[in-house]
Amino acid sequence: MKYKSFLIKYGEIGVKGKNRYMFEDALMKQIRTTLKEVEGKFIVSKELGRIYVDMEGEYDYDEVIDRLSKVFGIVGICPMVRIESKDYENLKKRVVEYVDEVYPDKNFTFKVDTRRADKSFPGTSESINAELGEVILNTFPEIKVNVRKPDVLIKVEIRTYINIYSVEIPGPGGMPIGTNGRAMLLLSGGIDSPVAGYMIAKRGVRVEAVYFHAPPYTSERAKIKVIELAQLVSKYTGPVNLHIINFTDIQLAIYENCPHDELTIIMRRYMMKIAEKIAVDNGDQALITGESIGQVASQTIQSLLTTDAAATLPVFRPLIGFDKQEIVEISEKIGTYETSIQPYEDCCTIFVAKHPVTRPVLEDIEKSEIKLEGIIEELIEKALETKERILVKA
Amino acid sequence: MDVYFDNSASTRVSEKAIEIMLKTMREDYANTSAKHIKGVDAEKYVKDVADIIAKTLKVKKSEIIFTSGGTESNNLAIIGTAMARKRYGNHIIISGIEHPAVYRPAEFLMEQGFEVTILPVNAEGAVDLEVLKSSLRDDTVLVSVMYVNNEIGAIEPVDEISRIIKAKNKDILFHVDAIQAYTKFKITPKTQGIDMLSASGHKFHGPKGVGFLYIDSSVKINPIIFGGGHQRGMRSGTLNTTGIAGMGVAAKEAYDDFEKKIKNIVDLKYYLMDNLEKIEGAVLNTKRGENFAPQIISVSFEDIRAEVLLHALEDRGIYVSSGSACSSNHPGISGTLKAIGLREDLLDSTIRISLSELNNREEADYFLKNLVELLPLLRKFVRK
Repeated sequence: MKYKSFLIKYGEIGVKGKNRYMFEDALMKQIRTTLKEVEGKFIVSKELGRIYVDMEGEYDYDEVIDRLSKVFGIVGICPMVRIESKDYENLKKRVVEYVDEVYPDKNFTFKVDTRRADKSFPGTSESINAELGEVILNTFPEIKVNVRKPDVLIKVEIRTYINIYSVEIPGPGGMPIGTNGRAMLLLSGGIDSPVAGYMIAKRGVRVEAVYFHAPPYTSERAKIKVIELAQLVSKYTGPVNLHIINFTDIQLAIYENCPHDELTIIMRRYMMKIAEKIAVDNGDQALITGESIGQVASQTIQSLLTTDAAATLPVFRPLIGFDKQEIVEISEKIGTYETSIQPYEDCCTIFVAKHPVTRPVLEDIEKSEIKLEGIIEELIEKALETKERILVKA
Repeated sequence: MDVYFDNSASTRVSEKAIEIMLKTMREDYANTSAKHIKGVDAEKYVKDVADIIAKTLKVKKSEIIFTSGGTESNNLAIIGTAMARKRYGNHIIISGIEHPAVYRPAEFLMEQGFEVTILPVNAEGAVDLEVLKSSLRDDTVLVSVMYVNNEIGAIEPVDEISRIIKAKNKDILFHVDAIQAYTKFKITPKTQGIDMLSASGHKFHGPKGVGFLYIDSSVKINPIIFGGGHQRGMRSGTLNTTGIAGMGVAAKEAYDDFEKKIKNIVDLKYYLMDNLEKIEGAVLNTKRGENFAPQIISVSFEDIRAEVLLHALEDRGIYVSSGSACSSNHPGISGTLKAIGLREDLLDSTIRISLSELNNREEADYFLKNLVELLPLLRKFVRK
């Protein structure tokens, strides 16, 4: 079946009262942005609490579905047949054609579910259900009716036009990007941070990212890997601004001046501070990290408290209560796992103490950081000045 | 300044090779199997190159099979032998420092029911001949030992290995992975008792994606790639005229003026080694003398992470590789560095410098100057 239209179903945004149109417009914008990358002509329109995507000419069905199923805010994508004529006999004919084309194997049970929004259309919803059902049964004797648990529910919506559909491909849910502010993701090359970015973006937050590069301790390949991860995440979030900070001198200064068991925690505090500076400059309202309680020494509650204190913006940690396996599952689902596990990161381990503190006390850490005063300010300034920015698109 | 000291990974393609390759693409692009004159023209390149290579090895040109490179040559030799000779036995011997392109096929055969013996090596990377003697069995069908080890440049006692094998049973086949040796040595399989020998074009200024396997005409092995029956059925697939032509030119160039080229490389190697030895905390895993290949230096630096040093050098336009033990971490077979008994703390502190005749003294000085500058900087930061 060559569909020429999709009905886009959306969930939460339907219940947002007066703000509803804003959410709908944001969703339509996201749909248009993602379909711009697909060959073909697509028209996205809105009508009475419904969003439609209409195609003109040839297009790649699988690619369109793949892209739409990554647009936050969409709950379901229904490929449908749209009939402009309201002639009843024609409707019967088209319903039969639809069933024949979409279900080559006729061994199933069905039910017709009509919504007669256009009250000028003759009959009642029930009478139309019965009549269309009868036509289908008469044409295809193998097909059976089951009104309680049908295999196939054929929806017929009589509105300005008539829509026929029975298939619903699930969307990712969530809210359209751009409807809930902006945040800065601390993106490493690992499994967690891309998932964290995905989860916050799912709530409609526009995400940008910062990566801390430490050549020669981290390789160029590690950086390329992070760019690839940002690209994978951007399939969901739309184009991502990726800021790359050269962190080597700051790391070395911490190494030379602070106790080694505190290296990681102090390093993370400076990452927070730098991320926050870039975030504030870009109008972001929060930071995002992939931390989960107790996963490593720097993610114990005490460590989280200590890194948290380095930032004034709220820090979102959507994975906080997740087990590693649960995070891996999401990363596999969203397609970042394979890239995350490429082994380009391990030469940075000299900055990880053999026995890092697991219960840092903020006052102690702050005392250690006093030793950096007079050095670190300039290094941060320089890191920000030499910052690289890449606009990453899928 | 760009200093490329990673020639054992790959080399710059020779200008003459590029020229002839362009000609095969622009003019003589026909399929060598075609019946028309253009097919004949294309086939001429292949015949000429078989002839060039056969001459360098002092073998017949019908004994050269063109492949997609070193890995395929090794796979063909090992799996092809096992398949052809499984009636006679299912025991195979390889050394403990083989490249994955040898030990992975051996491992595959192990899964198919073959038995594989892995020979230990001494501190200089040479296989233990006594163990070889005692490992040979009545059901041994193949021994595969590399000519030159890719990580430290150790030369294997190929001639002695062959004598020992053939004294036991002349039907045991001897395969030599000569991927790091071809064009660095004058190899004569017939006098050295080598039945099969693998080489790869891009290691000697030829293009990637092409190599060859020498198979002695008295030896019958099975093909591993099936199709149109090219190369007498031994390796189906349209001949890569372009790659073969480029490899032929590169092989010819390498063996023209051979002594002078090798002397230059060895001189440069010794110059580097003399200076590396003076660096505190440097441990040379490559030794002087006859037992090591001209182009490879393996050196470890105490308290340095090889990968970090590699990236720090890269930042100054110098390209080497890190001879990390992890890359060949494998149960039963440890990497070369482990096999030669290198100190545990140096396994991740080892880089490989590999030279070609395109390198010169000026580059060596630039490398040494930067190395001496970088080492103390990097040593300041070790994991505590």
